[in-house]
Amino acid sequence: MGKTFVEKMLAGKAGEIVTTSPDWILSHDNTSAIIKKFERTGAKKVANREKCVIVLDHTAPASLEKYADNHKKIREWIQNQGIKNFFDVGRGICHQVLTEEGFALPGSIIVGADSHTTTYGAFGAFSCGIGRSEVAAVWALDEIWFRVPETIRIKINGKLPEGVFAKDVVLYITGKLGTDGALYKSIEFSGETVDKFSISSRMVLTNVAAEMGAKNAWIEADDKTLYYLEGRARNEFEVITSDRDADVEKEFEFDIRTLVPQIAAPHEVDNVHPVEEYKGIKFQEGFIGTCTNGRLEDLEVAAEILKGKKVHPGVRLIIIPASREIYTETAKRGYLEIFSEAGALIQSPGCGPCLGAHQGVLAPGEKALSTANRNFKGRMGSREAEIYLASPATVAVSCIRGEIVDPREEV
Amino acid sequence: MGKVFKYGDNVNTDVIFPGKYTYSIDEPEEMAKHAMEDLDSDFARSVEEGDIIVAGLNFGMGSSREQAAICLVYSGIKAIIAQSFARIFFRNAINNGLPAIIHSQAANEISDGDEVYVDLKKGFIKTKNKKFTFSPYPDRLLDILNSGNLINWVKKELIQRNLD
Repeated sequence: MGKTFVEKMLAGKAGEIVTTSPDWILSHDNTSAIIKKFERTGAKKVANREKCVIVLDHTAPASLEKYADNHKKIREWIQNQGIKNFFDVGRGICHQVLTEEGFALPGSIIVGADSHTTTYGAFGAFSCGIGRSEVAAVWALDEIWFRVPETIRIKINGKLPEGVFAKDVVLYITGKLGTDGALYKSIEFSGETVDKFSISSRMVLTNVAAEMGAKNAWIEADDKTLYYLEGRARNEFEVITSDRDADVEKEFEFDIRTLVPQIAAPHEVDNVHPVEEYKGIKFQEGFIGTCTNGRLEDLEVAAEILKGKKVHPGVRLIIIPASREIYTETAKRGYLEIFSEAGALIQSPGCGPCLGAHQGVLAPGEKALSTANRNFKGRMGSREAEIYLASPATVAVSCIRGEIVDPREEV
Repeated sequence: MGKVFKYGDNVNTDVIFPGKYTYSIDEPEEMAKHAMEDLDSDFARSVEEGDIIVAGLNFGMGSSREQAAICLVYSGIKAIIAQSFARIFFRNAINNGLPAIIHSQAANEISDGDEVYVDLKKGFIKTKNKKFTFSPYPDRLLDILNSGNLINWVKKELIQRNLD
C-alpha cells in the first residue's frame, strides 16, 4: 500500500498524532498578539528565528493609531529578536509575498496564523493555518503536533469555457462539497485542467480549499512550478508525490467543459449558483484583489474588460494588486492607467477591505461583489451588508453595468 | 455538571466573536461579554461557570481567530460537544483548555437546558438518563488541557527541557 502526500510529509498514517518541525512559521499583523503569548511562555528568544516570516498586510498601512502602535511594536520586537524575514507595510498580502520570495517550496512544511495558509499547496508544500497560541508555541519549541489527515482526491478535467476561470471552478466545487466537505482533510487536486492551469490559477484552488474545511490542499509540483521557482527558491527542495495506490477517503471527478460562471451568494461560501441566477442585482462596491484573486492574470482580465469603459456611477470599484511585484508589473503594462481612466480606485498592496478593517468597508444595506474568499455576515463591515463572491471577470463586467451580470455577455 | 446551550450546524467564528472586535478588544474578560453576540444575544448574560455548548456540524468554521475559543472559556463554558468541529477552532479550543468533543449521537440527543456531566479522563458524557462514551484524548492533548492551556504547557516544557 502506498502513501498519500500528507502521509509522506508528516511521516505517519492517517489518524495518527505526530510531532513535526515546520520549515517556516508565518504571522502577520496578529504578530503583536502572538508576542504577548510568547512572552508568557517564559521564553526569551525564538528557538529558530530563521524560520519566522512576518508580513504586515491586514491593516496596512495603518488607518488607526491602535494599528500603527501594533505595527511599531512588531517592528521593535523583530529588531530585538534579529528576525530577517520581515516584510513591512506595502510589500503585499502574506500569501503572495511568501510565494514571490521563494518560501513556498515543494516538500516544505509551512504553518501560519492565517486560515488561508493552505495556499502554498499550489507549490507542492504542506501548509495549514494554526492559532495564535500555536505560533507562540512553535516559536518557543520549534515543534507542533498534527493529526495526519485523511485524503480526498479531486480530479478536474476539461477545457475552461470562455468567461469561466479558476475561481468559478473552485466556487462550483465548494458548492458541491459544502463548507465542511473536506473538514480535517488533505485535498489533492489533479487532472488535465489543473495541469493546464497557471501557477496563479492553481493558487486559487488551494486558497479556497480552506472554505471547504480542508487542513491542507496540494497540487503536485511540475515543470511550471519549477520554472516559477527558478531564481526565487530560498532553499533546496525535493518534490514529494502522492502514491496512486495510497488509501484515500474519497475521490471526486469534475468535468468543467460546460461550466458557467459561478457566484457565492450571502452568507456562506457554499451558497453557490450560476451568476445568471443573480443577474440584475444592484451593488455599491466592487472589489478586485485579495490572496484569492489579486494576481497579474486577474488584473489582466480586469484590464481587458475595463479598457475604454467606465465604471457605473452607482458603483465604487476598488482594485488592489496582491503585492508590490504585481503592482509594478501592472503599472508597466498600462493596466493602472486603464483602471484609473475607467474610474476605479487603486489601493496599496495588502488585504484591503476583505476583512472589514479598512479601505472600503460596507454600510448597512449595501451590497458588494468581490473576488475574495469569504462572504460571512459582517465580514466587510456592517452586519446588514451583503457580500457576493465571483471571478475578476464577473466583477469587472458587473461594475461597468452597475448590477450583477454574466461576464459572457460582454466577453 | 453544567447546563446546555444548544446550537445548530456551521456556527462560524464571526458569530462566536465578531470580526469588528478582533483588533480592538484585547482583554479576555471583555471578549467574554461579546461571546456568541450575533447568534444568541442572551448567551453572555445567562451563561454560568461550568456550562456546556452542544452543537451540530462544523462548529467554529471560518477564521483562525483564537478569540472565538477564548471568549467562550472566559464566559465559563467548560466543554463543547459537537457532531464535528472546524479544525483550527478545534486546535484553538484545546490550546485554551477548552475540551472539544466530537460525538454525533450525544450532539443529536442532548437538548437545550439539559444538565450534563463530562469526564475527559474516562471518556464519557452523562445526562440525567443517558451515558455516551468516547475515546479519551491522546496524551499530548490531555497534557495541554491539564496544563490549563498551551502557553502554560510550553512554559512547563521549556523548564523541563532546560533541566534535561
